[in-house]
Amino acid sequence: MQFIKNTRAIARRELVSYFESPVAYVFTIVFLVLVSFITFFVSNFYEAGQADLRPFFFWHPWMFLMLVPAAAMRLWSEERRSGTLETLLTLPLTVPQAMLGKFLAAWLFLGIVILLTFPIVLTTMYLGQPDMGVVVSGYLGSLLLAGAYLAVGMFTSAITRNQVISFVLALVVCLFLLLAGWPPVTNMLVRWAPDWAVRAVAAFGFMPHYEAFQKGVLDVRNLAYFASVMVFMLCAAGLALENRK
Amino acid sequence: MLEVSELHKRFGAIHAVRGVSFQAQQGVLGVLGPNGAGKTTTMRMITGFLPPTSGTAIIEGHDIVDQPVAAKRLIGYLPESAPAYMEMTVWNYLDFIADVRGFSGGERRRMVGETVERCYINPVRHQTIGTLSKGYRQRVGLAQAVLHNPPVLIMDEPTDGLDPNQKQVVRAMIRDMARDKVVVLSTHILEEVEAVCGRVLIICAGSVVFDGTPAELKARSPRHGAVELRVSAGAEQLRPALQALPAAERVEAEGDRLLVYPRASAQLMDEVVGLIRKQPDCRVVELKVLDGRLDEVFGALTAPARRAS
Repeated sequence: MQFIKNTRAIARRELVSYFESPVAYVFTIVFLVLVSFITFFVSNFYEAGQADLRPFFFWHPWMFLMLVPAAAMRLWSEERRSGTLETLLTLPLTVPQAMLGKFLAAWLFLGIVILLTFPIVLTTMYLGQPDMGVVVSGYLGSLLLAGAYLAVGMFTSAITRNQVISFVLALVVCLFLLLAGWPPVTNMLVRWAPDWAVRAVAAFGFMPHYEAFQKGVLDVRNLAYFASVMVFMLCAAGLALENRK
Repeated sequence: MLEVSELHKRFGAIHAVRGVSFQAQQGVLGVLGPNGAGKTTTMRMITGFLPPTSGTAIIEGHDIVDQPVAAKRLIGYLPESAPAYMEMTVWNYLDFIADVRGFSGGERRRMVGETVERCYINPVRHQTIGTLSKGYRQRVGLAQAVLHNPPVLIMDEPTDGLDPNQKQVVRAMIRDMARDKVVVLSTHILEEVEAVCGRVLIICAGSVVFDGTPAELKARSPRHGAVELRVSAGAEQLRPALQALPAAERVEAEGDRLLVYPRASAQLMDEVVGLIRKQPDCRVVELKVLDGRLDEVFGALTAPARRAS
């Protein structure tokens, strides 16, 4: 009970903080403009002549690469730099409560931004009959992917007081995890690496798990994959905070 | 009550705090020490921000190492330079603190409203903290620390960077709160110790080198109880006569002043006054007993550290 109360208090403050600064609005607008532009002009949504959202979801992993580390970088770095970490951690709460509260707030914010792309869904529904099951599972995959990126960003934010370093580290880690399972990369590995190694690398990557959602496949293993990435990264962030100097 | 026992902190090869122990009751305990003496590290361990390498602090019976959440509930802490979320308004910030402190609904609103009044930040309650002056920001930090009316209040340099008027305001608030709380504050302003502290702890190179009242601290000054005379005529005859007084240890001249150091401070003034009466051709224009100077004692007590660094 105390755990939920404290987590909610932290999450509420974090959300208020997001919307009291102009950064959140700029972030939202940049994401929406970019996602619309790429869907309609780069992926040629209209010319493809198909009433599905594949050209829309295809780009999410790449856009998240820049945007999610940017949303995550200040979560702990800023607390460390400005000294508010000292106030926060001497309040009667625990590190896991603070960690989860911040994570949920940032994830909720990203979720709101992602769901604000709904006009694209409406456009598709107007033009044809998209498979709504696939659309819903696509959004679910997108949310989970954003959560995984966010957890990585929280970890890199917890280990440095410099937001720029946090951003770059998160970008590098996410890029690695993104490329690890991407077909062009695995195809390259197939030629010389043993089969088990290719599969191991691919299993670590975001892409195969994300693609399954885009095909409308809801597999518990994919859910478990994203959940385990988030739990692992948040625990690592918690350890980094507990053992800070 | 606050009981600190054998706190140690090592940062790699640096042994920053070496066995600090003390007990604090209601009233203000001032922690003094040169920069880098371990004051802030000690406070961070007492408030549960840093885990001690060994030792612990017990806050009203709750151990900060074993029961951190229960102990933290009883502490109000103002960290050095009063950090706060710059993008939040004063009201939202205090509302958040009250939320984590476990207050809700009408009680929370009342609590925040009262604190805002008590800390004189009512006029700026809807302003963003980042736009406030240093004095207001410090008071917001103080408001955050006292919001839940904690029995133990710990403040790291609460008046640092404030102008003289603001210092007076903050000191008055501290004196006010010390009536029913254990207040521990660190400072490197010696006058502050005399102004607000009932007891002083001097920390030097991670160890406690003095624990007592400000009066006891002053009494350690070699000038404590010395008699100072300003003489406009006849200083030459007066000086050997003063030297010959049984209660005088030695006499030093400083410009037009004579400083008589005491052997036994009690009778010195009487003997000096008696002597002056018997010397009609001496004109003494000023006569006073010195109280001792804190900066001298502070310098003497922390000298080993200065030599080492």
